[in-house]
Amino acid sequence: MAAECKNILEVRNLVVHYETDEAVCEAVNDVSFDIGEGEILGLVGETGAGKTTIGLSIMGLLPKPPAHIVSGSIKLNGEEFIDEADDPKSFFDIAGKLKIKKVKKNTEKMFRTIRGKKITMMFQDPMTALNPVHYVGDQIAEVIKIHEKVSAAEAQKRACDMLEIVGIPAERYKEYPHQFSGGMKQRIIIAIALACHPDLIIADEPTTALDVTIQAQVLKMMKELQEKYKTSMIFITHDFGVVAEICSKCAVVYAGEIVEYGTLEHIFNQAQHPYTLGLFGSIPNLEDETDRLKPIAGLMPNPMNLPPYCSFYERCDRKCDECKKKNPQLVEVEPGHFVRCVFAECKGGENSGITGN
Amino acid sequence: MIRYIFKRILYLIPVMFGVIVLVFLMKMVMPGDPVMELLPASATEEEREEMREELGLNDPIYEQFGKYVWGIVTRGDLGTSYKTKQPVMDELLQRFPKTLVIALVSMALNLIVAVPLGILAAVKQYSWVDNVVVLLSIVGASLPSFWLALMMIMLFAVKLGWLPAMYDGTVSGYIMPVIAVSIGCISATVRGIRTNMLETIRQDYVRTARAKGQKESIVIVKHAFRNTLVPVVASIGSGLGMLLGGSLIVETVFAVPGIGKYVTDAVSQRNFPAVQGGVIMLALIYAIINIVVDICYTIVDPRLKTAFITSKKRKRVKQGGEINV
Amino acid sequence: MSKITTPAMEKLYKKKKYNIEGVSSPGKEALKRLMRDRTAVAGLIIIIALLLVGLFAPLIAPYDYQVQDYSAVLQGPSSAHWFGTDGTGRDIFSRCVYGARYSLPIGIMCVAVGLIIGGILGVIAAYFGGKTDNVIMRFIDIIQAIPSTLLCIALVAILGNGVVQLIIAVAAGSIQGMTKSCRAAVLMVKNSEYVSSSKSIGVSNLMIMLRHLVPNAVGIIVINAANSVSESILTISALSYIGIGLTSPTPEWGAILSEGKTYISVAPHTVLFPGLVIAITVLAFNLFGNGLRDALDPRLK
Repeated sequence: MAAECKNILEVRNLVVHYETDEAVCEAVNDVSFDIGEGEILGLVGETGAGKTTIGLSIMGLLPKPPAHIVSGSIKLNGEEFIDEADDPKSFFDIAGKLKIKKVKKNTEKMFRTIRGKKITMMFQDPMTALNPVHYVGDQIAEVIKIHEKVSAAEAQKRACDMLEIVGIPAERYKEYPHQFSGGMKQRIIIAIALACHPDLIIADEPTTALDVTIQAQVLKMMKELQEKYKTSMIFITHDFGVVAEICSKCAVVYAGEIVEYGTLEHIFNQAQHPYTLGLFGSIPNLEDETDRLKPIAGLMPNPMNLPPYCSFYERCDRKCDECKKKNPQLVEVEPGHFVRCVFAECKGGENSGITGN
Repeated sequence: MIRYIFKRILYLIPVMFGVIVLVFLMKMVMPGDPVMELLPASATEEEREEMREELGLNDPIYEQFGKYVWGIVTRGDLGTSYKTKQPVMDELLQRFPKTLVIALVSMALNLIVAVPLGILAAVKQYSWVDNVVVLLSIVGASLPSFWLALMMIMLFAVKLGWLPAMYDGTVSGYIMPVIAVSIGCISATVRGIRTNMLETIRQDYVRTARAKGQKESIVIVKHAFRNTLVPVVASIGSGLGMLLGGSLIVETVFAVPGIGKYVTDAVSQRNFPAVQGGVIMLALIYAIINIVVDICYTIVDPRLKTAFITSKKRKRVKQGGEINV
Repeated sequence: MSKITTPAMEKLYKKKKYNIEGVSSPGKEALKRLMRDRTAVAGLIIIIALLLVGLFAPLIAPYDYQVQDYSAVLQGPSSAHWFGTDGTGRDIFSRCVYGARYSLPIGIMCVAVGLIIGGILGVIAAYFGGKTDNVIMRFIDIIQAIPSTLLCIALVAILGNGVVQLIIAVAAGSIQGMTKSCRAAVLMVKNSEYVSSSKSIGVSNLMIMLRHLVPNAVGIIVINAANSVSESILTISALSYIGIGLTSPTPEWGAILSEGKTYISVAPHTVLFPGLVIAITVLAFNLFGNGLRDALDPRLK
């Protein structure tokens, strides 16, 4: 389906570590995925699986230090824009340092033109994501003023329009975030994200902090607006229900790795990875007659101490000796459906990984 | 808003009354007889008794207290200085501007120096800039103000001759006192701003601002610092307390004829009406400044500001808006 | 173990610090962090050294701190008199050494007294709340209305000079801060969800006090106390400087400085050295207090 259309974003072999004096946390390990125009990719996984880190690396917003992009490439509309530049080893390498400084400055500049304009990110908690001391309208107008050469009055007018679009009366422009409820705040955040009609929105658990009823409203609105503007989207969540509702593709993330990746149909009907299967086993199903849910035993491994073999080994009910020998690669088991498991490798042969178009 | 200000001013009354009671109690427990200080040792017992009667010291305590409070409330009368036989109020008012100038100029200097340094240290956390600023602020907080004052006199007045060693009524006479008073306050403010900035920089809304593609400098000033302003304004009140306290000591070093010098002199001369008057006066100044600070505080923090604005229009809009979600 | 090995990990392997299991109790962790903080350790060493100097003053001081020698008046620093001599020929170094017996213990005592009174008031106010809280806090408002240095000066003026009077005066000046911080600390813990959850499973009030209120409030209070000691020492020396509290011939550092100020233009060392001693002492407490804060609340660093 989506394979033919142009890819907005290509992420290849992304590895992100958090490095402190005491330990190295392997947050993202060898993650690759594509998003086509108008597609919504769901990133599903447990808390701490590295979903937010993936989002932040695309935005260039990783806190550095401690975050460190070890390798990988991120392409937006075919343009490479990873920002990693290593600091020179020697303290006296001033020329090298200056060079790095310049490179960093340039990448930062480049990122600034992308952020808010081409890619925007909505953060998890609407209660804290808005600045408490500025009018909500001004916070929407800000992003317009940054990226488009418009007068302050024009920006204000457009911010009012955005407020109306997300269902908030424009006369509430001059109010502060604390005067809004959680769902309203999330609407304002959506307005900020859509203000410059970006190519891609990264939504980091946008509905997790909301009541279920409000959740449905916000989701519906996001879906409508996404269809209206043909925006692509990465939807980070831990809720398969949400994925089923709005996503077109889905990637299951476990311990910083994508363990299964494909269209909704692939994931929901033909899941192969034991973790994905386990997740479905732990969701209540109205149709089937089951007495007990089957939660996955055990916990996710500590990202500061990942095994060199399959991360899911300890919890897997299909584990064998082969699993402990090496870390399995992501293999294409059928067109557009990738699985990272020893069993899939046997079936799919050795040609692995997502390769470019 | 006006109601809030009114309430704050109203609250001043019990606090000041409390201060007066406290100060009066201090006089009660003070050992020794003030008459001994007032009259020469050769005075006869009759003369002393006459003096006591004149000062009202033989009246019951509650009557003395009533008279004292009545004097303050109706005539602004803080008693008569034992030393000069002048009304304490007049003497204080004469000295008041000098102390106020030192305190306010120090406060301004404090904000001008401490705000940029605190922000810089927080933004460049862990860098050498941060380390130097933090170290300097700790060292600055460790210097006794009177010692610093003496060291400055030694260097700038005695060795270099740039500035007058003692207060001489000119602008240059204020320079060293202001620096000596403000160093401690600057150090405290720098650290306060740095800590608060570090907190705000990690907030989600700062990340949101970055995600909009905003310039880092604007993110820091408009989003992070604007939020830090709330605790910063709150700390100005206690900072002024520090400055007023510091000026007590520093004024004696530079012989600035302000309230500080007046009170410390009065203490060593056991001139208690003057001490009492000085304490009450400084407490009043301090309290008024704190009210002004509190009012600024409500302006800086929209959560408080909106709580004071009661507009029917807004309420209506809010009700209308809330239904949407 | 890891998926891949990066230079940063190799560095950790080399340092043999790559240890993720070593998470012990919060107290031990804080102590470890404190001991790793070089400036805090330096502060602690200076404090201990100064306490020892005070304790063994007669052994360390080369001269009697009271003996006046009119043949050696206002001499500059030399091998015989490290800090020089004062206006009556007394050895300033010896006086400073004996001074460690005053400022330091008195400063600590002031904080202890202030902490006990302020702590009790604060805990009572926070724990009982309502009217009790109101009465105590209004009283604190009144004390707070007077700048603390002024309060100390006024109290010393009334009580007269002497060690006990000085402790009372300086402690009184620090009560309001202590009360407020203790109250805030207890309130914060009292309203936290883990206390509510303990209550919900039927833990007794006493147990909650011991297991939650005390350990959590202690951190905040300890940090406050460490910083108050430096403030108290500054106040004590300032009072002595203006000639109240402890006055000459007591070898209190502020008093030594006060004696020297008359000679400032001819013998600057009489002012320089005692002031440096005060500054270093206060600095040591500030460094230690700072390290303590970072160790107990690493989030703020």
